[in-house]
Amino acid sequence: MNNFQNGGSAAIVDRCRRLFDDLEFSEVREWKAAEKGRKVIGYMPVYVPREIIHAAGMLPVGILGGGDQLEVIQGDAYYQSYICRIPRSTIELGLTGRLDVLDGMLFPSICDVIRNLSGMWQLMFEDKYVRYFDVPQNYARDIGGSYYVNELKQLLSDLEKLSGKQISPDDLWKSIEVYNENRRAIQDLYHYRAKRPWKTPSPDVYLVIRAGMVLPVEEHTQLIRDYISAVEKEEQVMRDNCRVVVSGVFCEQPPLNLIRSIEMAGCYIVDDDFMLVTRWLLEDVPTSGDPLENLADGFLNHSNETSAKYVPVTSDKGQYLVEAVRKNQAEGVIFAAPSFCDPALLDRPMLQNCLAEENIPYTAFKYAENSGQMQPIREQAGTFADSIKLWSA
Amino acid sequence: MSQMTPPDAIKEDSMEKQKQMISANFHELAQAPQQGRKVVSTFVPGNINELLMCFDMARNLPEINALQNGMRKKTGRMIMEAERSGHSEDVCTYVKADLGMMAQGNIGPTGETLPKPDLLLLSYTGCFTFMKWFELVREQYDCETSMLHIPYQGDGTINENMRDYVVKQLREEVIPTLERVSGVKFDIDRLREYMRESAKSEEDLVWVLQTAKNRPSPIDAYFGGVYYIGPIFTAFRGTEDASEYYRTLRSEIAERLEKGEGPITPDGEMKDEKYRLVVEGPPNWTSFREFWKMFYEEGAVVVASTYTKVGGVYDFGFRHDPDHPLESMADYCLGCYTNLNLPSRAEMLSNYVEDYQADGLLINSIKSCNSFSAGQLLLLREVEKRTGKPGAFIETDLVDPRYFSGANVKNRLESYFQMINQKRGGGFSEGVAA
Ligand code: SF4
Ligand code: SF4
Repeated sequence: MNNFQNGGSAAIVDRCRRLFDDLEFSEVREWKAAEKGRKVIGYMPVYVPREIIHAAGMLPVGILGGGDQLEVIQGDAYYQSYICRIPRSTIELGLTGRLDVLDGMLFPSICDVIRNLSGMWQLMFEDKYVRYFDVPQNYARDIGGSYYVNELKQLLSDLEKLSGKQISPDDLWKSIEVYNENRRAIQDLYHYRAKRPWKTPSPDVYLVIRAGMVLPVEEHTQLIRDYISAVEKEEQVMRDNCRVVVSGVFCEQPPLNLIRSIEMAGCYIVDDDFMLVTRWLLEDVPTSGDPLENLADGFLNHSNETSAKYVPVTSDKGQYLVEAVRKNQAEGVIFAAPSFCDPALLDRPMLQNCLAEENIPYTAFKYAENSGQMQPIREQAGTFADSIKLWSA
Repeated sequence: MSQMTPPDAIKEDSMEKQKQMISANFHELAQAPQQGRKVVSTFVPGNINELLMCFDMARNLPEINALQNGMRKKTGRMIMEAERSGHSEDVCTYVKADLGMMAQGNIGPTGETLPKPDLLLLSYTGCFTFMKWFELVREQYDCETSMLHIPYQGDGTINENMRDYVVKQLREEVIPTLERVSGVKFDIDRLREYMRESAKSEEDLVWVLQTAKNRPSPIDAYFGGVYYIGPIFTAFRGTEDASEYYRTLRSEIAERLEKGEGPITPDGEMKDEKYRLVVEGPPNWTSFREFWKMFYEEGAVVVASTYTKVGGVYDFGFRHDPDHPLESMADYCLGCYTNLNLPSRAEMLSNYVEDYQADGLLINSIKSCNSFSAGQLLLLREVEKRTGKPGAFIETDLVDPRYFSGANVKNRLESYFQMINQKRGGGFSEGVAA
């Protein structure tokens, strides 16, 4: 395990940046090659129970598209112009052999594009394990809960078959524990950033969390801890930025430059919905009782709200965002949604209504993972920051 | 997702019957509040019409309003209205047409005001957008809500866990809510009775759709097919009216078949069948007539389509089963076309091309509808590969007139027909992809 404390936060962020830039997934390949029989399971946004993959002795790897560095040639031939970018670049990654390291792929229940991509994967990569990971939209314990527990059992037995290894309750407990630790570390980092955003630039925080998509979880937890202690020791100039929550970035990722642009335009990001898989469960999963029941209970009763989930009570809709603003003392919300993203774009007017009722300012724009022009976004975020400062003056 | 007022040129008894049924339903809806009848709003795919009828509720289906408005060329303004109030240009136009209609006073397609629902029932099959649409509509009404979540056939099958989940939702949540809202006690025998009727209609519908295996086909299974699915996909499945409609339709088509006649079009019978196509994807509603004409003018008939399966796939044997009412209702919901995974869709399409002796697959890709559209270019390749028949790809939208370019569609269709000719003449073949 690496310890970067001596090199300061810059060295840690550098390492994360290299992982981020590496579209060949070299470290994943190294992990796999280090021991015979190791297996890797890819997953897409928005949530899969990584604990089960881990308990099977496999490495879960988050596949979040190709970003702005991947030239998409073949992937475009699979999609009409009015469909978002992430499935094209993911197909490109697949067709160019970059995902060969994966033994299987999970497609979570988030939208019809990723849902259908699961079937495309079945047709295109016939030798791989592919599963559409469905989750309940009914949160009653004996209805949605029992359905979900059975889905978890199915996943577990699939992975047992794939690995040729039985997963014991003990394996699950250990995995739940390491993911609890990871979630705690990430929560700490988010809290830290909300308190002192000038010390933890958002592009850096993004990269640190993003590293968790490819690193073994234990190593990632350590990396976050190292990053927090490194930044604690470093002095940074506090700028006169306003504080914003960024919403809508839960699937296709904006270019790193876009995150940088928001900050440079005068907005500190104090909360966001990047990589929700790492923060989907809001509390520790208890480590006694029945592990699958506990994972299900976390999903049903203690999980993040996002567009991919049904909100049963009308008045609850969007309150999580109002809460995120309050809790993090944000002054406004930036809605950033991938172009053609139905879940984010259909949710947006409802969330905006909630904010309007609470007099919380917001602004909105769209992006694509390969957006190149940041000037308009910088200007929009800058105007937004100025207007917030003006109103709060 | 289906059904519309039949074009005037078609004057068969079944068409007249359907026309009356549709306008009676809109009238019933408009009158419901005065008559003390409770109203439920619900979606087409995976709808649980038989169950809703057990509670004497009037049924409102927003997709039907949107497509009926589309046919009447009213949706352009409604969509603009929704976009002005902050809805993205990128999202499903059914949703925006519905919200725009509400913003403009909720006047239904026939000019009568649609009632405020007493219950919003999200029975949600095969499309995530329904969930958002439902949440958006819910914002506007202060009424009871209930949701029926239908899991996706990710591995191409329906398993016990999925079925149990749906049945439990019906038993423990949906039915109690319906009882509470309607004040009517649930009677399972009544449900069985409606299901018996459903199965009769289903039998007749399948018979009608399969007549397209003949040459010439006596029906057009897409442009004509959308009429045929009207009653069964919507507020009429399980009614005696629907059974009568399908009985009449069946005897009309049997007669056409016997006489060796081609399908009826708005300009009369299509006489010379030159091309037989399988079509995937919903039609365009705003220029429906113009679109249809591009086919029958060239002698092209659609012999099978997937759109006529969005409200239920019946041609592989499924029927509503009065002996297992809730389980078969679950299977119905789980089995609707857009709830099938891509490999199942590829297989179904390839089989259609073979079984209906089609010249190839045409995909009408709908901008609005990721549920249908995401992955269609792969489907095209797969079906071409498996059948050796050329395919073609066109792009339109359901109810947004801005996305229907008649000239482009016509051009592409013409080159497709040429390609089929070349293929027949032994020439080369290659897909016409967008
Ligand atoms: S970006 Fe949006 S529409 Fe595209 S795959 Fe992700 S959730 Fe679906
Ligand atoms: S996305 Fe497609 S299936 Fe879903 S509501 Fe819109 S048109 Fe219907």
